Amino acid sequence: MMLKLEHVNYEYGQGTEMVVHALQDINLEIKDGEFIGLIGHTGSGKSTLVQHLNGLIRATSGNIYLDGESIYADGFPMKELRRKVGLVFQYPEHQLFEVDVLSDVCFGPKNMGMTEEQAKEEAKAALSLVGLGEEYYTRSPFELSGGQKRRTAIAGVLAMKPKVLILDEPTAGLDPQGREEILNLVASLREKTGMTVVLISHSMEDVAQYVSRIVVMNHGRIAYDGKPQEVFRHYEELEQIGLAAPQVTYAMYGLKKLGLDVDTDIITLEEAADNIVAALRH
Amino acid sequence: MKLTRHMKNIIKTEQLKYDYVMRDEEGNEAGYYTALDNVNLEVKQGDFIAILGHNGSGKSTLAKHINGILFPTGGTVWVDGLDTSKEENIWEVRQRAGMVFQNPDNQIISQVVEEDVGFGPENLGVPTEQIWERVEESLRVVGMYEYRKYSPNKLSGGQKQRVSIAGVLAMHPKCIVLDEPTAMLDPSGRKEVIRAVRALNQVEGITVLLITHYMEETVDADRIYVMDQGHIAIQGTPKEVFSQVEELKALHMTLPQATLLADELKKRGVVLPDGILTIKELLTELEKLINVHDTTA
Repeated sequence: MMLKLEHVNYEYGQGTEMVVHALQDINLEIKDGEFIGLIGHTGSGKSTLVQHLNGLIRATSGNIYLDGESIYADGFPMKELRRKVGLVFQYPEHQLFEVDVLSDVCFGPKNMGMTEEQAKEEAKAALSLVGLGEEYYTRSPFELSGGQKRRTAIAGVLAMKPKVLILDEPTAGLDPQGREEILNLVASLREKTGMTVVLISHSMEDVAQYVSRIVVMNHGRIAYDGKPQEVFRHYEELEQIGLAAPQVTYAMYGLKKLGLDVDTDIITLEEAADNIVAALRH
Repeated sequence: MKLTRHMKNIIKTEQLKYDYVMRDEEGNEAGYYTALDNVNLEVKQGDFIAILGHNGSGKSTLAKHINGILFPTGGTVWVDGLDTSKEENIWEVRQRAGMVFQNPDNQIISQVVEEDVGFGPENLGVPTEQIWERVEESLRVVGMYEYRKYSPNKLSGGQKQRVSIAGVLAMHPKCIVLDEPTAMLDPSGRKEVIRAVRALNQVEGITVLLITHYMEETVDADRIYVMDQGHIAIQGTPKEVFSQVEELKALHMTLPQATLLADELKKRGVVLPDGILTIKELLTELEKLINVHDTTA
């Protein structure tokens, strides 16, 4: 399943003095199975952009295509789009509401018209994907730990079997271990299901080692789009727009300036250490 | 050398213990959970203290004892010499120890920035003209004076959090406890807030207790406490604490990337000192090695 955005603009507050151009001329292709990190500081347009992808917000101008078909065409099955493109909002645990974990995860599939039985099947499969076993089915979602709540909320979206999973800052407010657990979970979900995943974050460091492509947003526009290494080459410009490259990138460029022949495209610690040692011995 | 080294304790806890009582549906006691267990802490006036620890390690419970939101179930907490468990001390304690929380949206109440900052001192009964002086001075410290007429909902997360800090500052506390003030902010917002916190400490001489998950924010602290299961597991200067790479990893802490990179290099036989915390320090050390290689080559 492929999503394509062509010249998408979104503005609000038209007709007032406070017109805001939240998105400006966005051109983007998201291919089947991609793992994308969408990065930008608060207010850069990341969340607005992804809400276009499942039709929650309608572009002021421009077009969005799902497998070649415009989602704004008459009679386009919007409900189907929302099922195919699953959106996990920020602090999704705030949206848990049912009496037990299983019922909460069943809500989405039931709402899509599945029978009680089918919905339960899907919910159980989704809970197992996020690592919550049978012993959690009857627990109240409110007695779970922060990380477990968040995983329950993610299962609620997975139970609708989306083709594209979008997560809006899934690690916000978690401690380092919690962050790593969620990111590992997302990576494993993608491997198991082959879903396309878009991960929204303002931390390059968090996503750098997971994603294969990074899209950087700034003031409602796409500033950079490429492989992590390619994007990090602009580390000085990234800093100017309130973002930072991984610390390793700074170390490698710093060493290069000191005259050491290192590979500045390296982003992981171990590779960096190997490369620096080799360069020092040289 | 800071003069504050020999000054008196602003915060002291002795064998501090706190049990959360769990209740069943009828409200009967169903057991308890020990969130703090024998915590002994001494903070000198003017110090910058960082408290680290994973979720559930007791950091926030400790913070809530310092301005009298929670009271010890065992042991004692003194703020500026006042025992927090004595009811007659409570308003004094809360004025001397201010608190800033994680979510700025839960702490800002007024429609205009300067009114929000004035709320605290007004509540304390400060005369009006002095309130305005305090508001101006506090907003300048956090670099938000030019936004004084703004509506808080037009501000970024980092700006809102700086307004929250100014609001506490305007109450003229001796110490400020910040409970994960940057957790909800993006990197530039985090930098703004940390800069404001440093100004509080260095320019205003206010004692700071910063609770955070971000190691990078703690490298300038006078002292770091790492909490685990309700007690202090590791303590010391940043250099001392971050030299204990394996111990920190065991407590589920992530270290600064520079420290981890230095550690990986050491494992590969590169000779580096302990306690490297920033990329700049790492580069300085590696530069020495590069120069040695150059002269021997």
